[in-house]
Amino acid sequence: MSAAAPAPRPTGPIRFSDAQLGEVRRLQALYPDRQAALLPVLRMAQDAFGCVSPEVEVYVGELFELSPAHVHEVVTFYTLFFQRPVGRHVISVCHNLSCSLRGAEDAVTYLQERLGVAAGETTPDGRVTLLRVECLCACEVAPMMQVDEEYVGPLDRGAIDRVLEGLR
Amino acid sequence: MTEPVLSRNFERPEARTLPGYRATGGYEAFRKALALGPEGIAAEVKKANLRGLGGAGFPTATKWGFIPPKRTGPVYLVVNADEGEPGTFKDRYILERDPHALIEGMLIAAYAIGCHTSFIYIRGEYVRPWRVFSEAVQAAEAAGLLGSNILGSGFDHRMIVHRGAGAYICGEETGLISSLEGKKGWPKVKPPFPAIKGAFGQPTVVNNVETLAAVPHIVARGGEWFAGLGSKTQGGPRLYSVSGHVTRPGVYEASVAITLRELLERAGGVAGGRRLKAVVPGGSSAPLLRADEIDVTMDVDGLRNAGTMAGSAGVVVMDDTTCIPEALHVVARFYAHESCGQCTPCRECTGWIYKITGRILAGKGVPQDPDTIVDVARRGVGSTICAFYDGAIGPYISYVEKFRTEFDHHVRHGACDVRPGAPVRAGGH
Ligand SMILES: Cc1cc2nc3c(=O)[nH]c(=O)nc-3n(C[C@H](O)[C@H](O)[C@H](O)COP(=O)(O)O)c2cc1C
Ligand code: SF4
Ligand code: FES
Repeated sequence: MSAAAPAPRPTGPIRFSDAQLGEVRRLQALYPDRQAALLPVLRMAQDAFGCVSPEVEVYVGELFELSPAHVHEVVTFYTLFFQRPVGRHVISVCHNLSCSLRGAEDAVTYLQERLGVAAGETTPDGRVTLLRVECLCACEVAPMMQVDEEYVGPLDRGAIDRVLEGLR
Repeated sequence: MTEPVLSRNFERPEARTLPGYRATGGYEAFRKALALGPEGIAAEVKKANLRGLGGAGFPTATKWGFIPPKRTGPVYLVVNADEGEPGTFKDRYILERDPHALIEGMLIAAYAIGCHTSFIYIRGEYVRPWRVFSEAVQAAEAAGLLGSNILGSGFDHRMIVHRGAGAYICGEETGLISSLEGKKGWPKVKPPFPAIKGAFGQPTVVNNVETLAAVPHIVARGGEWFAGLGSKTQGGPRLYSVSGHVTRPGVYEASVAITLRELLERAGGVAGGRRLKAVVPGGSSAPLLRADEIDVTMDVDGLRNAGTMAGSAGVVVMDDTTCIPEALHVVARFYAHESCGQCTPCRECTGWIYKITGRILAGKGVPQDPDTIVDVARRGVGSTICAFYDGAIGPYISYVEKFRTEFDHHVRHGACDVRPGAPVRAGGH
């Protein structure tokens, strides 16, 4: 398993670069209605600024001439948008049916022990955010988890140890 | 085992490239489709008895036929790659291992319904599938298989790859359309159906990944051939996602006429030589079958007659160590979490039932609780905007009714009779 590059930390003012703004305009022109580019642009914003904070919502709203309230409603609907900064790595453990039949709770317990945080929390050094999630649709490798972009499973203590060693 | 059709490229990594896909006849079906013309294609798909493989099992040719023939605006094809039904992972295999089969199927479907722009909505968590599929689209564009005047036919088509952001309900076709339009993924009241007023207010066909990946085979080898591989009322093989307590979890291609027992045998049977207790045959929304109910065929009608559903063909196997109340708690947590909250019965009942299963597992259940689950579940039926809630009640009612004694034991003794002394493990919130 190769862990993806650590997520960039929120830095500087909330403004896209000219190149990023060009991409925003390309996405807005791609669809029959430019609002359809909202999710892709929110994803870009999260990658660029670390999370979708209220300030990011205002900024993205301006790019679409949408009210911050509307953007907020969209952001809060989806689990992949983070409203607060997360760790450099995000570990999402599936706790749905197939994974739970094959020991997802043991995996969650062991991850919590190793990281010293409960699911939903970030380690104090900002290295890892641990989350519980619903079926990631890789039940053939249950119990499994997503580590940044990669799927990892089946999980046992050894597999979890190897993943954690690779995360900086 | 019969010759693989839908999975024929799964173990051929070279098929992910355009030359590798073309080497075994790839895009020849599209060429043939251009010669057949829209009506000819629709006729083959109808003869094939192809039924939607996303969950509802609706006949594909009929769905395409709902697109109004006289229109002034565009018509859209939206591919549902938001795979999210617990226990299902077959669309991921197609996206990752046979992306050009899907592109070819999309092209044929688009040509058949007169569509020049299609959207594929891929669940946000699927990063690698999205990358592989996007690269295949770029390769098809570079080769002139997408764009204007494709293969000199005069047909224009472009594909837009769109990524979701995490929400099960966006797999429901109208929720998916709302999400594609840049809104929260709230399902919409039908009618109007998407075929009349869908994405961006235009006539739209929403099809599942696997449904479309089957289309090139139908065009290449004929609808009759495909129909002959299935049951009387449903053609073809399909991809079964098999997981849980099974020896070899994975994706299995088999006829829709296979029995559940045969399918489980192909997956090596119950893991560790244990006894079978129950099986979910079609994704977590399908009612549970007991071990003595697995001599059923897996087609839409076979499973419907058995009181359950074929759904997404996600088969989840439970052995005799499974605590059914705990399994229901896990499933109830999912539905409580994923209800979009728009309809009061769905929002309230999913939350209420999750509370009851939690209380039963915590040893704080009361004797009426199992009845209350069934009663609460039935209350919301028929009064919701989308089929999410109908899906949720499948497990609520079947788990309780088929394994009532396990629920009663938990309530009476505050402990599990299946794994005596074991800690109750369904954690979370
Ligand atoms: C709650 C809910 C979730 C659904 N999730 C999916 C899904 O993840 N993928 C899918 O293809 N269809 C899903 N469906 C079915 C779609 O609404 C739709 O019927 C399907 O995409 C149509 O394609 P088909 O006719 O090719 O099967 C879901 C339906 C409901 C009610
Ligand atoms: S049935 Fe449930 S998921 Fe569907 S629209 Fe109503 S509240 Fe949302
Ligand atoms: S239940 Fe965990 S990936 Fe499906």
